[in-house]
Amino acid sequence: MRAALTVTLSGLALAPAWAADVAISVQIPRINQAEYHRPYVAIWLEQERKHVADLAVWYDIKLRNNEGTKWLKDMRQWWRVSGRDLDMPVDGLSQVTRPPGEHRVAIDSKNPAFEKLPAGAYNLVVEAAREVGGRELVRVPFEWPPKKAERGEASGSRELGKVAIELNP
Amino acid sequence: MRRSLKWSLVALGLLVPLSAQAHRSWLLPSATVLSGPNVWVTIDAAVSNSLFVFEHFPLRLANIGPAPDSVGGRGRGADLVITAPDGSQLEAQNGAIGRYRSTFDIELKQAGTYKIAAITEGVFARYKVGKDTKRWRGTAEEFAKQDFSKAEDLVASAMTRRMETFVTAGRPTTETLKPTGRGLELEPITHPNDLVAESTASFRMLMDNEPAADVKVTIIRGGERYRDDLGAIEVKTDSDGKFTVTWPEPGMYWLEAGFRDEKSKIKGVKERRAGYVATLEVLPP
Repeated sequence: MRAALTVTLSGLALAPAWAADVAISVQIPRINQAEYHRPYVAIWLEQERKHVADLAVWYDIKLRNNEGTKWLKDMRQWWRVSGRDLDMPVDGLSQVTRPPGEHRVAIDSKNPAFEKLPAGAYNLVVEAAREVGGRELVRVPFEWPPKKAERGEASGSRELGKVAIELNP
Repeated sequence: MRRSLKWSLVALGLLVPLSAQAHRSWLLPSATVLSGPNVWVTIDAAVSNSLFVFEHFPLRLANIGPAPDSVGGRGRGADLVITAPDGSQLEAQNGAIGRYRSTFDIELKQAGTYKIAAITEGVFARYKVGKDTKRWRGTAEEFAKQDFSKAEDLVASAMTRRMETFVTAGRPTTETLKPTGRGLELEPITHPNDLVAESTASFRMLMDNEPAADVKVTIIRGGERYRDDLGAIEVKTDSDGKFTVTWPEPGMYWLEAGFRDEKSKIKGVKERRAGYVATLEVLPP
């Protein structure tokens, strides 16, 4: 578990004074279902229920003619606050879907979402929607920038397992 | 009322615009919020008691084709007008009229919001020649040309009926939401493809482009076959024609409003009557 939350660090000297290292992990549960498709997952930051920045969108980026975008709207909260305003694929955001297991979302200190993030209280939001399956959204609150090593965690009950954010000043 | 006229009016939903109890006319889109390339929606259109169940009559649509003989009745159907996000008009594809429903497809080639409307407009007149009561129906232009010199007790009404629904591919746009200025219309303040359960949406009703004050608006969630309480929401428009609704839960909602006054601008016509129906999808939060 700990190992999956590897902290990535690079270019500390170039980052703003309050830059911290951020590690995010998302657990995709194993679901026994005859027709199983990997979930679409959107990961973003919000403040007071307002969208701040997208971190990653896992979807079927390999389908021909961008057809994997057909199900992006099933992540309906993300679609409302951001997805419908984007022209997917977006570099640095669009990524392949992941199988069941724990996945680290690599965020380095120069990630544009965090680099200019004003100090304050935020939520990490993870929304998963699965074709012929369900949908779930998990929020993990955190403070930015971290004053000391911090870890926030929350769990979904069906379509998402543990969602964690680890911050190191 | 003559049987053939009665049946064609029933099929058009024209007998019901001012009553929430009678048959309901509706358009039912397969989806209202879409993403991705090469997306289509299919729309069903029908007249029924139960929402949104095909169990009574198809909605007659003049530009889809004739209804099968088993539907009975005659008469011209409503005009289907599909407006694309850039304001251009599209033709429906794969249209068919069955015994209980009409259906057609729309390919959403442009990103943005589409308006699908079924419109019926006309002048209805009743008059006497000697002891016989006569009825006449036609367009406002035909009414102006019609010779009513032998008619006594001529009473004419202008009738407009709009049935609408909205679908959006990608980002919602507002070009198609502008009112046409004809009949009773819904001017969205909240975008009709951005409706979320437990949230409040605002709209304005307009009659011939003027705010329609004190109009009763009835809103019913589909699927009442599976519940005991109809749960109709009834609101009245304010002096500016505005009303708000807080969606209790997700679903496909049917909205209806009626209007009647004696301020028709058509020469020789006093009464104007208008009905408006929209199908609105409310998604979960």
